[in-house]
Amino acid sequence: MVGSSGRPDETPTTGHEWDGITEFNNPLPRWWLWTFYATVLWAVAYWIAMPAWPLVEGYTRGLLGYSQRAVVAGQVADRDAMQARYVERIAAASLEEIAADPELLSFALAGGRSAYAVNCSQCHGSGAEGAVGYPNLNDDDWLWGGSLEAIAYTIRHGVRNESDESRYSEMPAYGRDGFLEPEQIVAVVRYVLSLSAGGDGPVAGEGADIFAEQCSICHGEDGRGSVDLGAPNLTDAIWLFGGDYESVLAQVQNSRGGVMPAWGERLPPETIKQLAIYVHALGGGT
Amino acid sequence: MNAATAQPPTAEVGRIDVDPVNAAARRPSYAKRAKIFPRAVAGRYRTVKWVALAAILGLYYLLPWLRWDRGPNAADQAVLIDFPGRRFYFFFIEIWPQEVYYITGLLILAALTLFLVTSVAGRVWCGYACPQTVWTDLFMWVERCIEGDRNARIRLDRVPWTGRKLVKRAAKHAAWLLIAVGTGGAWVFYFADAPSLAADLARFDAPLVSYLFIGLLTLTTYLLAGHAREQVCTFMCPWPRIQGAMLDEHSMLVTYRWRRGEPRGSHKRGQSWAGRGDCVDCNTCVAVCPMGIDIRDGNQLECINCALCVDACNHVMDRVGRPRGLIAYDTLTGLADPSGEGRAGWRRLRLLRPRTVLYAASIGLVGAVMLATLLTRGDTATTVLRDRNPLFVQLSDGSFRNGYTVKIQNKRHEARRFRILAEGLPGAVLSTVGGDTGDIAVEPDRLRMLRVYVAAPLAATPGPVTDFEIVAADLATGERYAHATTFRRPE
Repeated sequence: MVGSSGRPDETPTTGHEWDGITEFNNPLPRWWLWTFYATVLWAVAYWIAMPAWPLVEGYTRGLLGYSQRAVVAGQVADRDAMQARYVERIAAASLEEIAADPELLSFALAGGRSAYAVNCSQCHGSGAEGAVGYPNLNDDDWLWGGSLEAIAYTIRHGVRNESDESRYSEMPAYGRDGFLEPEQIVAVVRYVLSLSAGGDGPVAGEGADIFAEQCSICHGEDGRGSVDLGAPNLTDAIWLFGGDYESVLAQVQNSRGGVMPAWGERLPPETIKQLAIYVHALGGGT
Repeated sequence: MNAATAQPPTAEVGRIDVDPVNAAARRPSYAKRAKIFPRAVAGRYRTVKWVALAAILGLYYLLPWLRWDRGPNAADQAVLIDFPGRRFYFFFIEIWPQEVYYITGLLILAALTLFLVTSVAGRVWCGYACPQTVWTDLFMWVERCIEGDRNARIRLDRVPWTGRKLVKRAAKHAAWLLIAVGTGGAWVFYFADAPSLAADLARFDAPLVSYLFIGLLTLTTYLLAGHAREQVCTFMCPWPRIQGAMLDEHSMLVTYRWRRGEPRGSHKRGQSWAGRGDCVDCNTCVAVCPMGIDIRDGNQLECINCALCVDACNHVMDRVGRPRGLIAYDTLTGLADPSGEGRAGWRRLRLLRPRTVLYAASIGLVGAVMLATLLTRGDTATTVLRDRNPLFVQLSDGSFRNGYTVKIQNKRHEARRFRILAEGLPGAVLSTVGGDTGDIAVEPDRLRMLRVYVAAPLAATPGPVTDFEIVAADLATGERYAHATTFRRPE
């Protein structure tokens, strides 16, 4: 008969008894049992069909020859094939043509963004915000020019590296190499700071004379710098190595200059173009 | 339906040899499922169930074919879940993925309605409207048409495999599969333009996923409605467990009025009814039960309240000349009240109870909130996300610039053009990559994302954080859609 638990009393027990407590020997539900057998068979089949057992060297490859590396390689190839129609058009188009075509522009911005994150963010920062000695790419001040072409050239050939076409400029270390006396350096630094200070304008005097003699060749007589020479504009608010007195003094004293690799030697031309489009979109100008 | 109907009153009713295989007390754990062969029945509730079945199936199969004109730039299907286009169309309502909370609200409403209906009228959903019930009913009808009623089916089940059995079984399963394919077939029409998908399906030219889902739903329909049947309700569905919390002593249930029925026993024609109950123990209520239970055991988890036993018992009561309603919709209070046996259960129904009032009020509240948001929602919106890296950029003239990601949602089915403005930031200069902030074109029923740079002179920013609004103004109508944001610069 049936007990109050709804369980027939004739259910066999396991035969073990612990202080008067016995355990029902209920059979496993059959659906569960068959599922279990199926998983056992599946496991055996899996060992045979798929990579499974590690060996001393390598592993059992399985009859299906599955490999995650091959799958990823296939996915990469699929992606390349999918992007090919854009990449081909970007290879054939000029930078201006890319910027004028909304479809290509959107592709180049996305591609440039990802290439930037991989190759450029280490120095220029993930938001292209730069750091002391590493130019901020978001602002409107460009050492070597902010046009599409100028940015592409800088990326392709780099700055102060060993390639022949590299952008190159070098400021003398006026203090370290003894070109100027300490008092003269202080005077010229005060003059340089006055260029961007506003107010009554630059202060005349010894500093102005030294500037005209030593610095204006590259930075220009008005201190506005030269994109061709890579000489920074000293009249604006942007300072690569800092705009306070100590920073400017240190620069005149010792002269520093960063190095950027020639990315044309490392990245395909289409990627350089996408990078140029992306960087130009950040804050490009002239 | 084939039960004898033209017998004179006070006829004798024989006892059907049937075991309520799923009665809780008789079903041992871990036993193989005992087949149920429900007998056909006719009556008021059976008719209601047929009508409900026709209405629900009709709705399910025909709804995707209903057209709804939305103009040239949107789908013309009344009900369409457009995954590739990321739109949900429901007659006059169009929902973007951002507005998925309407679906959530709908689900909350559905749950509350289920609670209300259950606390008032018991498991009406289970008995009449649940797809599992509807499709099982349909499959049982097909089974009955091919293999005959209860006794014929039991015989067919017992005989060895002969040609005749083979033919009948094959016909039954073929018909089931056909319905199952139709069920799966109708499902996919909710996710694509029905006429063009139907043509593609016929040419074997439809997307693979369509065939996959048709296959999946064919399989589930065939298995659940054809084979698993009452086991779905008993073992798979959570609702029988939840309903325990929804029912109370005032809920309408399909119940056996034991005060009137007991003591039960077979009744010979002409015998007196004195000193005995009205139940003639004919087991008809058990024989018609699709769940394989005996309603006379009381309210139980397996009972889906389909009321087929009510129809069956009324029929028997007519034949033995006793009043109808020995098995009826009644409340537990009604059942316990010895004075009210003759009254119809619904006369005792108490609609106003704290529980029902609370459920109804919740439905009203959620419904009102949803309706209000639906009616007042805009068809255009601007959202602005400020760049956080870098927070700001100093320009060569000493001023600062912030970057923003601006999204313009145009839910209208027409192309529009906008001007982007910065309000509350005098002298601000706006620019965007690859475009002109004075004329931004947005396609019909689309969202356009822009990078917008705002450069503000120092005079416009009194502190490190300045509140202002980025506004998209429709060039044609002048409508303005603003989003508040901030402009930042260092101290």
